[in-house]
Amino acid sequence: MFYREAGDFKTSYVNDSQTFPIQFDRWRYYAVLFVALGIVPFVINDYWASAVFVPFLIYSIAAIGLNILTGYCGQVSLGTGGFMAVGAYAVYKLMTAFPEVNIIFHVLGAGIITAGVGVLFGLPSLRIKGFYLAVATLAAQFFLVWLFNKVPWFYNYSASGQISAPERTLAGIALTGPEASATAKYLVCLGFVFVLAWLARNLTRGTVGRSWMAIRDMDIAAEIIGVNPLRAKLTAFAVSSFFIGIAGALFFAVYLGAVEVGEAFGINKSFLVLFMVIIGGLGSIFGSFAGAAFLVLLPVFLKNVLVGGLGWPTDLAAHLELMIVGGLIVFFLIAEPHGLAQLWRLAKEKLRLWPFPH
Amino acid sequence: MKSKLTMLTAAAVMAAGPALADLVFPSLSYRTGPYAANGIPFADGYEDYFTLVNQRDGGIGGVMAKVIECETGYNTEKGVECYESTKGEGALIYQPLSTGITYQLIPKVTADGIPLHTMGYGRTSAKNGKTFEWVFNYPANYWDGASIAVNHILDENGGDISGKKIALVYHNSAYGKEPIRTLEELSAKHGFDLTLLPVDHPGQEQKSQWLQIRRERPDYVVMWGWGVMNQVAIQEAANIRFPMENFIGVWWSGSENDVKPVGAAANGYKALNMHMPGADFPIYDDLKTYVYDAGLSSGAGDQAGTVLYNRGMYAAMLAVEAAKAAQEIHGTADITPAMMRDGMEALNITEEKMAELGLPNFGPTFSVSCENHGGDGLGIVQQWDAAAGKWNAITDYIQSDASVLDALIAEDSGAYAAENNIAERCN
Repeated sequence: MFYREAGDFKTSYVNDSQTFPIQFDRWRYYAVLFVALGIVPFVINDYWASAVFVPFLIYSIAAIGLNILTGYCGQVSLGTGGFMAVGAYAVYKLMTAFPEVNIIFHVLGAGIITAGVGVLFGLPSLRIKGFYLAVATLAAQFFLVWLFNKVPWFYNYSASGQISAPERTLAGIALTGPEASATAKYLVCLGFVFVLAWLARNLTRGTVGRSWMAIRDMDIAAEIIGVNPLRAKLTAFAVSSFFIGIAGALFFAVYLGAVEVGEAFGINKSFLVLFMVIIGGLGSIFGSFAGAAFLVLLPVFLKNVLVGGLGWPTDLAAHLELMIVGGLIVFFLIAEPHGLAQLWRLAKEKLRLWPFPH
Repeated sequence: MKSKLTMLTAAAVMAAGPALADLVFPSLSYRTGPYAANGIPFADGYEDYFTLVNQRDGGIGGVMAKVIECETGYNTEKGVECYESTKGEGALIYQPLSTGITYQLIPKVTADGIPLHTMGYGRTSAKNGKTFEWVFNYPANYWDGASIAVNHILDENGGDISGKKIALVYHNSAYGKEPIRTLEELSAKHGFDLTLLPVDHPGQEQKSQWLQIRRERPDYVVMWGWGVMNQVAIQEAANIRFPMENFIGVWWSGSENDVKPVGAAANGYKALNMHMPGADFPIYDDLKTYVYDAGLSSGAGDQAGTVLYNRGMYAAMLAVEAAKAAQEIHGTADITPAMMRDGMEALNITEEKMAELGLPNFGPTFSVSCENHGGDGLGIVQQWDAAAGKWNAITDYIQSDASVLDALIAEDSGAYAAENNIAERCN
């Protein structure tokens, strides 16, 4: 009834090719933006920022990044943790080497450095595919973690091998370091998420995204119709790593403040982001958000209900949490193998016909 | 869906809020994951001591102590969540039992004004109270541990270990890397060869490291291990028939749960300790009366008397004594985290005090001051007797080598102060 194409007339090409062609979707999008920008910053506190919103936003960026590579271009990657580590260590080196430059540029610089590293590790993808490529990216994961552990230059020769983010400000407001307020952390992450999601959405709708999808769907056919696989695959690796690098940089500088590479960027991180993409839905920007929300918010929510609400012992709750999250993953994937994004798509299809389904 | 989640979570969080005016001691514990074997006894001991204080003495200075437990799984992200979720409830002191989480929390507690006590772990240079106002690591720290281990080896060799080979098997993380700097200095001073053998998290895979030990035959192996890594290392050492009396773990690698899985082959394995092992203390009678028999023991209640249970209890005891000192200084029973910090800085653990608490000769005597947040750096060496199934203290308290450590601490804390623009206190 409300959710329909009919009656919403497009009178220009710009209107016709907009991201949300249905009016209801546009309102929903503006409503989400309004809540995120107009309400949340005023009510957020340290707990909500550090436990819920900041990790959710950062993992969303990482999930979008991996989704570009795996979901849109079809190149399976298990190196996400390693690439996030590149972003984190790059931003750390930049922050400490050029303290007078604004942190925002450091984060972008970290993204660009990670993009370079991603392209380097993407080169094998021109010859190997599928599981074999997954193994090659797995090698990247282990190599990068080993490198950051082994070479003291990366952690400025600190005794413990930890890197910690010094305080950096934007217009006098601390964005990193312990004095950073919940609102500042939230807004800087939200800013990056907004810009990057917008960029990803438009990239995947355009020529570049179509060439990625052509490679994903059938690389030989794509090559025959004139898609350059070298260019498509390497741009996918570059863009994906750029996103993941920014996620890693924010993860270290804004969210945690201090990391050690083996613990924060180990193979578990790669799997976590891959699960976000699979559960959320391959080849969908919304799916990346949904997957990140599912895997970040659900454990926190369950913990608060089981320990805080019901007063259960923490170990029992922690074990149950694993079982419930695992069970839900299995359930969702059986109910809808294409992820939460597909559920959302089906819901929209149904809404179009409601209340008169044929 | 998100707003519903939000509301439910908010409701759940609010329902968990404590009654006002309790003294809140958060316990960032880990009873799950690869480090649970060591996390559980510590958490049990920590909580049981507070239960004892509440049941026997009616709280601390008449105010009940409340322990809020939060599961971190030894994971820094969960540690941050635990910190943020408990700090709003009036947390007086944090003891995260994880060096990774400690590094995360040092800037945060300094900004929020909540004391952090990292007993024998964390950032070693926090001993320097001039730089680290809110962080304490008494009674001993990692560098003390490394020095005590070397001093013990020196004692065994009549004071001369030049040309000996010592291998360090360490957890490849901030925790395990801490002693390297000190051991390098000590190796230069005493002339022994140091081999570094990192083991990656979680530590189940150590075949190659022990193969190297088998090939190079070091005279001594020193271990900085935690969790499942300890059991695996001791098993591997037994497999290559490394003489157990030459294998020395730090105080985090010397609990019953580390040696028992290896059985008789672990006999003779040594570990450092910052307090006495065993249940031979009068406090255990009180614990039995007020806690165990009353059905109030934490967890499964099967860890009493183990080394790490004792350490958890010791950590809680030091926190309670600091809270008492704070109440005395400020003349109020209802203390704030800032008052708690003052209490910690004025803490004085004497022989009489320990005896009065039912823990005679349990730990070293020490006093904390504005400059020294780390105690005197004393530790014992204990040895595992597999047949009797118990740890025996085989040395008296050994003093660490302050001539080497003080310079290192001044250097590291100086670097931290310069990085973070911290002015020296206590002047």
